Amino acid sequence: MPETATFTLESVSVLLVWTAIAVYALAFVAYAVDLARRGAVAVDAKTEGARERELVAAGYAGAPARSGAVAEMHEQERASEAALNAPIGRRTRLVWARIGTSLTVLGFLFHLGGDVTRGIAAGRVPWSNMYEFALTGTLLVVAVYLGVLLRYDLRFLGSFITGLTVVLLGASALSFYVEITPLMDPLKSVWLVIHVFVASLATALFALAFGLSVLQLMQARRERRTAAASESSAVALKGGPGFLRTLPGADALESLAYRFAILGFIFWTFTLIAGSIWANDAWGRYWGFDTKEVWTFVIWVLYAGYIHARATRGWRGSRSAWLSIIGFTAVIFNFTIVNMFFKGLHAYSGLS
Amino acid sequence: MSRPRSDVSASGPGSASEPTPSASEPTPSVPDPVEGTLRPSDHADADSSAEVNQPALGVVGWLRWGWRQLTSMRTALVLLLLLAIAAVPGSLVPQRSADPNGVTQYFNDNPDLAPILDNLSLFDVYTSPWFSAIYILLFISLVGCVIPRTKHHWKALRAKPPRTPARLSRLDVSRTETIRPRPGAGERPEDAASAAIDLAQQQLKRTGYRVERYDSRGATSVSAERGYLRETGNLVFHASLVGVLLAVGIGGGFTYTGQTVIIEGRTWVNTLLDYNSFNPGRFVDEASLTPYALTLDRFDVTYQPFGTQGAGQAGDFVANLTTQMAGEETGTGDVRVNHPLEMAGDRVYLMGNGYAPTLTIRDGDGDVVFSESVPFLPQDTNMTSLGVVKVPDGLEEQMGLVGFFYPTQLQREDGAFTSYFPALTNPVVTLDVYTGDLGIDGGVPRSVYTLDTSEMDKLTGRGTDVESLELAPGDSAELPDGLGSITFENEAPEGATGYEDSVKRYVSLSIHRDAAATWVLIFAVLATAGLLAALFVPRRRMWVKATPSGEGVELEYAGLARGEDPTLHGAVEQFAQRHVIAFERDRAESPSTQPLSREPSSTEPGSTPRVD
Ligand code: HEM
Repeated sequence: MPETATFTLESVSVLLVWTAIAVYALAFVAYAVDLARRGAVAVDAKTEGARERELVAAGYAGAPARSGAVAEMHEQERASEAALNAPIGRRTRLVWARIGTSLTVLGFLFHLGGDVTRGIAAGRVPWSNMYEFALTGTLLVVAVYLGVLLRYDLRFLGSFITGLTVVLLGASALSFYVEITPLMDPLKSVWLVIHVFVASLATALFALAFGLSVLQLMQARRERRTAAASESSAVALKGGPGFLRTLPGADALESLAYRFAILGFIFWTFTLIAGSIWANDAWGRYWGFDTKEVWTFVIWVLYAGYIHARATRGWRGSRSAWLSIIGFTAVIFNFTIVNMFFKGLHAYSGLS
Repeated sequence: MSRPRSDVSASGPGSASEPTPSASEPTPSVPDPVEGTLRPSDHADADSSAEVNQPALGVVGWLRWGWRQLTSMRTALVLLLLLAIAAVPGSLVPQRSADPNGVTQYFNDNPDLAPILDNLSLFDVYTSPWFSAIYILLFISLVGCVIPRTKHHWKALRAKPPRTPARLSRLDVSRTETIRPRPGAGERPEDAASAAIDLAQQQLKRTGYRVERYDSRGATSVSAERGYLRETGNLVFHASLVGVLLAVGIGGGFTYTGQTVIIEGRTWVNTLLDYNSFNPGRFVDEASLTPYALTLDRFDVTYQPFGTQGAGQAGDFVANLTTQMAGEETGTGDVRVNHPLEMAGDRVYLMGNGYAPTLTIRDGDGDVVFSESVPFLPQDTNMTSLGVVKVPDGLEEQMGLVGFFYPTQLQREDGAFTSYFPALTNPVVTLDVYTGDLGIDGGVPRSVYTLDTSEMDKLTGRGTDVESLELAPGDSAELPDGLGSITFENEAPEGATGYEDSVKRYVSLSIHRDAAATWVLIFAVLATAGLLAALFVPRRRMWVKATPSGEGVELEYAGLARGEDPTLHGAVEQFAQRHVIAFERDRAESPSTQPLSREPSSTEPGSTPRVD
């Protein structure tokens, strides 16, 4: 911020953004505490259950009921699945998650304020350079997350979403911040409004799919270990963090991840087409394998691969989840590394 | 959330016989004269028995095996992933198509590595043999996959929904209800059953299902299927991808792009001669370009003023043109960034702009030997521009001048000149004079923007004892050695004050005919529409069976997902409720029979317990 800009709309925007970052950081902490407590609660419930079973089984020589572990896991996963779909009024009471969500909503309001004031100050849509892409992109990530919460109880993704937002938004505010300058001619197009907005929306959906795919892999590992331990009647290896015991099964996580990914894929397809139309107006060709075009294409093909993998025998499950993870990694790579270091026509980062 | 995957094996065209359910059967088989979708044998939902490999049967057997491998889901997946990986190097290494100067630079910076990369086609990734191989294989696989599925789908579209399975309770989602006649009602359960199924049939049909009645063994049933659009969408999507590829490949042959420069006041004609460069596709007839003419009346641009954020940033570029088609009245048109001008099916783009100082050179006798506006190439955002003047004739020796134009000249601390602002506030041209052989007579093409001084003597500037020429608009100066004089003409209209308009501007235009773009767009939109249908239209089967029993009629509802279908469960539940309610209402309204009371008897594990 320049010294002279004491109380301009632009500086108000910056203030709001930093407030949002701070509130999101608190939300992250609350969500993290929630995950930790979920683990503890799950253990309590389990030991209680085990004690009851021991009492019942006291008459039967006290052999550890191994196969019971698998059944118990399935039981828990079914319950978690029902909880995932529970309507808002009937959701599991999780105090810390509730605090996390409230803080996220608060942070979102500040964030929205920061984004809108930036747009008003600039007199145009607030997504025309890297700082603004990050500002609006993360806003949409949080908006989509909060929107999805109305339908699914995905609060277990809260720490991932708020964490991602704090990192991206914080890093952008620190190192990509540029003062408002008038738009360069090539950016004066309705396609800027559409293309970039839809791309950000797709990114938000891919982010949710990514988070779910990661959990799916962790859950699948826990399921494998539990099953293996029950077969060999050996001591179960630790299947991962305790909160996994409060989440739906890998299958349910997978099909939810898939649903977000296909929505994201549609938006990404649209991004690709809108970008081509714009390129045809601005540069005289709809496709030229410019670096940014290459990466948009690579991401599209990766997610097409993910969708295919889900329909290919031997690839459904963990293998396809890796493709979702690689796809989102490419999205982030495209936004950060490609924008900053790769040479090309999309030189609108506003950085020099 | 139940996993929306069908547990029912898809039976191939050869296995259409009616299955006989036995107690040991793990899942019920659905009798299916024509299976709804034909999928590659390694599709996650395909019948696994199809994968039993036959022993190799000579050449034909091997070919058939190879073709099956190529058109399998796994191959498609591997090729897709390969395509993604293969596209990446083109973003790491400059490409000849997108950034030819970058390639030259790369060769200069990495003289050892560049030739190796070049041998691997890494500067032309997207036309390289290995990249082409991947996408061509992918598209062969695609066609091989889509054609049989299209044939199959065509048949499926006209087939009846499959026979009702014997035991509906084994399907993905099922639910039962029982309706009992009220004591004293004189209606036979058989009639009630038949009426209930009639109603279900109507309701299903109304909601877009294709329906078929199957009445047998004392049970009445309706079988319904919907969502054929899902498979249609999938096929349209994949076929449209082929369309995109063909449009690009074939349309590219009829496409041309050319570049030209027009100085204010000059006219350019759409003939090969007038282009600075021209890249035609294979089938373009260069002799029959539509003859039209463009005159640059004026080029406008605004610069952010001093003292604001982004001072000097240029914007609102407009090339105001007079347009003329052969044999027609003249018209006007303008070209802006993002807004190309349409001319006879061509699109005219504004690619760049600059200053073209008008220079007049006279020989020792005062006769004009050169008088032209010379486009100078901008070197920075403040429009410091580099230009070359070549005077091949009229003087004893050929002469060349090279130098800079500064729209707002400023002397830096080290003494060098620079431009401080892109508009004409203090325009100055500085030139150095060379005489000798311009090297343009040998037939070797030379760029008009470079001066080959290897056969020339430098007469002014650094390394000589004569100062470089330095001229403002309107100034003249003597050339060294009594060669003559040079004038930097002021182009401003009579009586103008200041330097505004003192130097002409030029625009560089790019003229494109793209025969493919429209088709590519059409196929891309088709692909997207297909994709929406393929991903979001649920394909499902639903059955309603009514079995009259001693006390009443048992109604069974069941649904089966064909592909991803997260809402199947809700759909079956909802249908069952609507059906029963409508059925009771009909009974109540009908005077001839008494209403039947109903009572839910059971729900299946997959469904949520009813709260009644
Ligand atoms: C250019 C290459 C390809 C791309 C970009 C692509 C993309 C896609 C996409 C996005 C879907 C999801 C939409 C849907 O379910 O209809 C899909 C589905 C499908 N593709 Fe492809 N595909 C390609 C090539 C192929 C090939 C070569 C085959 C044949 C082996 C194939 C077979 C299928 C099948 C059977 C489905 C349906 C999957 C399901 O049942 O969910 N695709 N493809």
